[in-house]
Amino acid sequence: MSTPSDITTMTVSELQTALQDGATATGITQAYLDRIAAEDGALGSYLHVDPEAALERAGEIDGAGTAGTGLAGIPVALKDVVVTAGVPTTSGSRILEGWKPPYDATVAARLKAADTVLLGKTNMDEFAMGSSTENSAYGVTRNPWDPERIPGGSSGGSSAAVAGGLAPWAIGTDTGGSIRQPAALTGLVGHKPTYGSVSRYGLIAFSSSLDQAGPMARTVLDAALLHEAIAGHDPMDSTSIDSPAPVLAECARRGAAGDLSGLKVGVVRELGGEGHTDGYEQGVLDRVAEAVALLESMGAEVREVSCPAFDLALPAYYLIAPSEASSNLSRFDGVRYGLRVGDDGNHDLDEVMALTREQGFGAEVKRRIILGTYALSSGYYEAYYGQAQKVRTLISRDFNAAFDAEGAGVDVLVSPTTPTVAFPLGSRVDDPVAMYAADLCTLPASLAGVPAISVPCGLADGLPVGFQIMAPALADDRCYQVGAALEAAQDAARGSRFLDQLSRRAAEPVGGAA
Amino acid sequence: MSTLPGNGRVSRQDIAHLARLSRLAVTDEELDLYAGQLSAVLDAVAQVQKAPVEDVPPTTHAVPMTNVFREDAVRPSLPPEVVLAGAPAAEDGRFRVPRILGEEA
Repeated sequence: MSTPSDITTMTVSELQTALQDGATATGITQAYLDRIAAEDGALGSYLHVDPEAALERAGEIDGAGTAGTGLAGIPVALKDVVVTAGVPTTSGSRILEGWKPPYDATVAARLKAADTVLLGKTNMDEFAMGSSTENSAYGVTRNPWDPERIPGGSSGGSSAAVAGGLAPWAIGTDTGGSIRQPAALTGLVGHKPTYGSVSRYGLIAFSSSLDQAGPMARTVLDAALLHEAIAGHDPMDSTSIDSPAPVLAECARRGAAGDLSGLKVGVVRELGGEGHTDGYEQGVLDRVAEAVALLESMGAEVREVSCPAFDLALPAYYLIAPSEASSNLSRFDGVRYGLRVGDDGNHDLDEVMALTREQGFGAEVKRRIILGTYALSSGYYEAYYGQAQKVRTLISRDFNAAFDAEGAGVDVLVSPTTPTVAFPLGSRVDDPVAMYAADLCTLPASLAGVPAISVPCGLADGLPVGFQIMAPALADDRCYQVGAALEAAQDAARGSRFLDQLSRRAAEPVGGAA
Repeated sequence: MSTLPGNGRVSRQDIAHLARLSRLAVTDEELDLYAGQLSAVLDAVAQVQKAPVEDVPPTTHAVPMTNVFREDAVRPSLPPEVVLAGAPAAEDGRFRVPRILGEEA
């Protein structure tokens, strides 16, 4: 019989086996709810948990006898940017406090239809704008590896919940790195799917040409299982790609066998390579170099690839995303949903809108709306937004040159996921440019719309380091295959899973072995 | 828009103008804060102007798709009361809004 603490450290594939062997969805859900009740006051990973609803749903699934088939009976947490019918959804903003959406996002609907159990909605940077989850209107989330440090962002509630044992896995969204960066900083696997391969219907829009939902999980196989459950064409999203459902879990299992012979791996020079190490921590570069050597030992052919336009990904992104955001966030006008301020008979509609948005939005959201409005202004449009869109083309061309047989001809590109390990809470909040630098390595794949995964590759100063694997559009399976090979080789060398280091640390008495 | 500088420095007046366009009733303190921070951000993002982009077309979207149509069929929509349940103010089955024209109009 599994104890509750066993349950909350299991992978989802282990939970599936446990359910088949007689464990109940109710028991698993209760174990997680107990952990949330005990730990989340300190961690701050959830914005909304409804234990009664979760247990009721788990009971229905147990009653139907389907638990253990597919994902039936597995709990899941959703980033609060995903709208959920009748369940409060805020996107981390005051302007949506108390709002209960009238419909489900496609991602939420698919997970509901798969009979998963919704544990709750996770904290995030307001409207997904941030790299530390410190921009949430509802308080900070802490990193389970060190409570004085950030859990990454913007999907920091999801990363902290999964790493901290408060959810077996979670959905995040990634616009410039918001799945991969928090996954890297908390020792998880996080995958940003090919743009257009997971529906955006019902994700509260930040930057529509970049936003993608994806899995955050404890293992590569779990991430693949969650990704398969949410992927596929959706007529409700006009940018959804009408292609067959991706086969990912099988690729993860195949990758775990550890044979990478014939695989061509390109190490991106501009992301931490020679002459491009400014802002990168040595510990991060060391762990990434070890991971590359490990891939080579499994038969991969490794070469350095130069992608010169990647140097301009950061400035291009911080023009494109705020520009799209300034337009998308105009929907928060105090008329149809959410907050309304100043409607006292003395203010006209324009004034009420301005007062509502002033009070409802936090500082980073206002900064980005103002920046986006500037970049889209007539007279400056070409110099900023237009120029950034052309840089975006150059970045795509660099990817194409790397992947084309005519060019470097590599199967995947690799890099660190983040230049540094998790930084201390508060250390970058007053310096937007320093905060933005946390996304340095994740932005190129976002701008080009190609898939990218972050897989743990060791510890530096006792904190997790992420290894990023990027692939051509619709070749998400390569990310999972290579990621699983790396994970399996590291687990074998370590003799345990990556996250076991965290649960062991948590079990140590205070003042014990440091 | 001729009050905005083309490069780098953003004044309090510029921020006030942009905030008005964005329907943000910013405070005096915010004008000071954002003027400084946006100047720093603009310095950083202005690097895109150095890119070699003659004859490079812009990318608006990673998936080049145009004219995505759905079937022109009637589908159920949300009931009005469900939609209005989330509104800050509703009246007679409609969203209630403050007056649109100012006193001087």
